[in-house]
Amino acid sequence: MQRTVPLLIAIVCGFTMIVSFFIPAAQRSGDDVAEIFNILAAVAFVLGGGNLLKIHLKKVSDQAAGWGYSLITVTAFLLTLCVGLFKIGANPADRYPGHAWSGEYSETGSAFWWIYEFVFKPITATMFAMLAFYVASAAFRAFRAKNTEAVLLLGTAFIILLGRTYAGVILTDWLPDSLSGLRFENLTMTIMNVFNTAGSRAIMIGIALGTASVSLKILLGVDRSYLGGGRG
Amino acid sequence: MKRETLVWTIVFVIGGVMLLANAFLRGAGNQYVRVDERAFVNVGTDDDPKWVNAGSDDILDHDAATISADRRVSWKTSSTVDARVWAEAERADPGQRTIVFSLSRTVGTWLAALFTLAILSFLYRDNPFYKSAESIIVGVSAAYWMVVGFWDTLVPILFANIVPELVKGTVMPGISDSPAMDARIKALVALVLGALLLCRLLPKGGWISRWPMAFIIGAFCGLRLIAFLHADFLSQISNSIIPLWVVDPATQTFDIWSSLENITLIAGVLACLVYFFFSIEHKGVVGRTARVGIWFLMITFGAAFGYTVMGRIALLAMRLEFLFEDWLWLVDPAGRHAIG
Repeated sequence: MQRTVPLLIAIVCGFTMIVSFFIPAAQRSGDDVAEIFNILAAVAFVLGGGNLLKIHLKKVSDQAAGWGYSLITVTAFLLTLCVGLFKIGANPADRYPGHAWSGEYSETGSAFWWIYEFVFKPITATMFAMLAFYVASAAFRAFRAKNTEAVLLLGTAFIILLGRTYAGVILTDWLPDSLSGLRFENLTMTIMNVFNTAGSRAIMIGIALGTASVSLKILLGVDRSYLGGGRG
Repeated sequence: MKRETLVWTIVFVIGGVMLLANAFLRGAGNQYVRVDERAFVNVGTDDDPKWVNAGSDDILDHDAATISADRRVSWKTSSTVDARVWAEAERADPGQRTIVFSLSRTVGTWLAALFTLAILSFLYRDNPFYKSAESIIVGVSAAYWMVVGFWDTLVPILFANIVPELVKGTVMPGISDSPAMDARIKALVALVLGALLLCRLLPKGGWISRWPMAFIIGAFCGLRLIAFLHADFLSQISNSIIPLWVVDPATQTFDIWSSLENITLIAGVLACLVYFFFSIEHKGVVGRTARVGIWFLMITFGAAFGYTVMGRIALLAMRLEFLFEDWLWLVDPAGRHAIG
């Protein structure tokens, strides 16, 4: 019951999706499975939120190390949740002025929009922006032109960085038209269109084959690791 | 007090005073909005309402003056405008109420700036400001995606089919209040599976959540198996089937550079695939081909690295632009904050 039923569910759902692609008559079944999948994906967000609350409330109640930060997390979570679920500050939709809750939850000017615009966006953007320092620092420490492969990697990164900036354009602007292919901006184009495309294409073919084989292993019941408890 | 603490305290105090002076003397960080009023009048009955925009010509067909206040609805919308626009409006009509100062957006801008600085402070070392901002984003992002999932998926697909009258009467007046039976059954199945999924939070009986989890994994595998084979595998192969001998269509002559590019591209793809093929030992011809494949891959990684660094630096430039232009008004290339 604990392992057979989920195995059957996975097999039936997976093959329904595959069959629906090849047989038009079964397409509706595939759409139904996809719709239930979307709903479950949304419920997974609820599960994630619940899990976050569970873990951080336990830390707060135990007064474990850093419980103050857990309290901040819980407060921010509950505040955003209430603001979003109750559409605080959102106006009705123009088509339905009589229904106070008919408007968009993320409408400009609503409290949820405010949180997104002034809390969510700046913090996430700054976190990603900060990676510029760490990538540069890690590259400085790790990259050494010791062999051919490292030289190729470093050289390509250098050309791409220069080729996409004004500095690179100015640096090789003096080259005559007969050697225009060596200008940084043109070298960048060649690298992207030929070498990068070749590498990316091979990687994508590899990923597709890997995904297909893992999917088949799961659907045929060979890989049951998602059921937990070892190999099963 | 330690010498280091003293230095930082002085730096922070001086910085804070300068920030406040900048805000109060120059109005830096202030946000202004254009306010528009939306007004609607119910010209129908309570049972069959018919709403007409009070600002449109349609209202002329009705005697709006006789309609009671309880049949009118109005609200205000606002859109951000530059400080210069507000200053111009004030000069033209002092005390006007169309373009006004927005306290909530000004507070938001200050908060966004402080969060930006708090995150950037991690470059110095881990500190309570960074940890607080990090804790806030963890809570906010979890709730954000939960709210998005609720309003974009659960309400229109799940609840609209299970309790259509309630959804129609409150948040989605445009939907049908009698959905098809198969849609209801599908929604009920999803509801049951969703409830089982949430059982994972229970201290005991969490195993039942394997059923919906198996549904998710099975459906995802089926979806991805086809999608990857169709979109990635086949399309990449078909895109690689290109002529090795390229003729310029305009002059009908041999195009050596395009031919070389195509040959290099195909040779590169094949060499990389040989490197990924681990069933044969990489020795002799296979080994040398695989080595060429590694070179192509290294160029690919170098390009990806270059683009990643550029993307992050662009993001950093945007954050600095926000700090110095939108918040501090220290740079103003477009004259957006020229209120003098």
